[in-house]
Amino acid sequence: MIEFTHVRKWYGHYQALDDVTERVGQGEVVVVCGPSGSGKSTLIRTINRLEAIQAGTITVDGTDVNNRQINVNKLRSRIGFVFQQFNLFPHLSVQENIALAPVNVLHRDRREASSRALELLDKVGLAHKAQAYPAQLSGGQQQRVAIARALAMDPPVMLFDEPTSALDPEMVGEVLQVMKQLAKDGMTMVCVTHEMGFAREVADRVWFMADGQVLERADPTSFFQSPVHPRAQKFVADIRSP
Amino acid sequence: MFEILSHYGISLLIGQYPQGPLGGIALTLLMSIAALLLAFPVAIGIALARMSPIAALRRSSAIYVYFVRGVPLLLLIFWAYFMLPLVTGFNAPASVTVVCALVIYEGAYLGESIRGALAALPVGQVEAARSLGLGYWSTLRRVVLPQALYNCLPSIMNQFILIVKNTSLAYIIGAHEATFSANQINAQLLTRPFEVYMILAAIYFAICFSLSRLSHGIERRIAAKRSGHVTAIPSAEPHIASVTS
Repeated sequence: MIEFTHVRKWYGHYQALDDVTERVGQGEVVVVCGPSGSGKSTLIRTINRLEAIQAGTITVDGTDVNNRQINVNKLRSRIGFVFQQFNLFPHLSVQENIALAPVNVLHRDRREASSRALELLDKVGLAHKAQAYPAQLSGGQQQRVAIARALAMDPPVMLFDEPTSALDPEMVGEVLQVMKQLAKDGMTMVCVTHEMGFAREVADRVWFMADGQVLERADPTSFFQSPVHPRAQKFVADIRSP
Repeated sequence: MFEILSHYGISLLIGQYPQGPLGGIALTLLMSIAALLLAFPVAIGIALARMSPIAALRRSSAIYVYFVRGVPLLLLIFWAYFMLPLVTGFNAPASVTVVCALVIYEGAYLGESIRGALAALPVGQVEAARSLGLGYWSTLRRVVLPQALYNCLPSIMNQFILIVKNTSLAYIIGAHEATFSANQINAQLLTRPFEVYMILAAIYFAICFSLSRLSHGIERRIAAKRSGHVTAIPSAEPHIASVTS
């Protein structure tokens, strides 16, 4: 589904990604973790070309992401992306937020897109907020709308960039709940997150990153019980006893 | 003052029309509206060009802005007055000349206001739109401009009001707008400049004040819509006091 081959990225002289070669299979849930500044967000943002890379290749469903010939808008419309800061459009109602891209990118009928938006809102438990504006919602509600907005494009892959990091603790659960349901439904997911409970419960694999490299890849149980790399050992120890 | 109005009210309102060209307040309003409608898209274009990924566009629009900002509006009007006939080959009426100069002038100022608002928009808004597959123009039209233009409504209104007041400079090249009419009336009365110019001031004030109220009303309506209070309209003023206290 997603393949990284010798991916390298620099910000000026600073190397953000250092020879990343990984793959994510169809229906797989991968959790990316690691200390801050390790390149997790950069990695996930290269998948839909929000960040360019300087060497290597990334393919999604066989499409070379950085090929200048491809239609990047079409590629992005098939990759759902959920941001840490939600990034809902404040001038549009919740329902309009969700229907915007289906109408303008997929050229769906407006009414059809609106009723599909309602279905998705129902799925994330917010059907009663369809006419509300983002400013009227709590952080957790906004993030659930953002997930529904991404799902409205029927993407085969969903990327989550620290989806619960900007939330108050009591709202983390409701967002994770939606993500768990997605995972159970067979969605291919890459999640940058510090929610180790979520990783344990739904991840097929955990990637541990530090200094722009994926230092360790393991199933969640063995990663949390017996990390191999010294940096991973320190990371797991740190999140156990903060 | 009422006596002046009852004698010269019509000429103040429409100039010598229908015997002569349209003038007075009617012409002032027409010129203002034309300049507003034309300067607005020009300004958006300048703002976009100033932030364009294409270096040539960025550079040429910057030169335009620096040039226009460095030259008095009156000079632009003179230039338009002498150059327009040479370039286009026909003698444009004074009012058209002034509208052209105003569009060039306000395109730069309004463009910079809009550029500021575009730059202030959180980058996440564009990233979210692009991640959904929206292209450059759709993102601009559906996500960026509706927010940026709302955010710079106060400075847009500032520039609009300047446009209205600056139409009075058309008097110098002989457009028969409100200032010209008032001057003519003053020349006939000779002894009552204070009243005549008071009336003229009141006219400009009335137009500009209505524009201010209009923009205030729009701001309040949008703010009310976004916060969900459709019936009880809150103040559109930023709640700085409630934030700091």
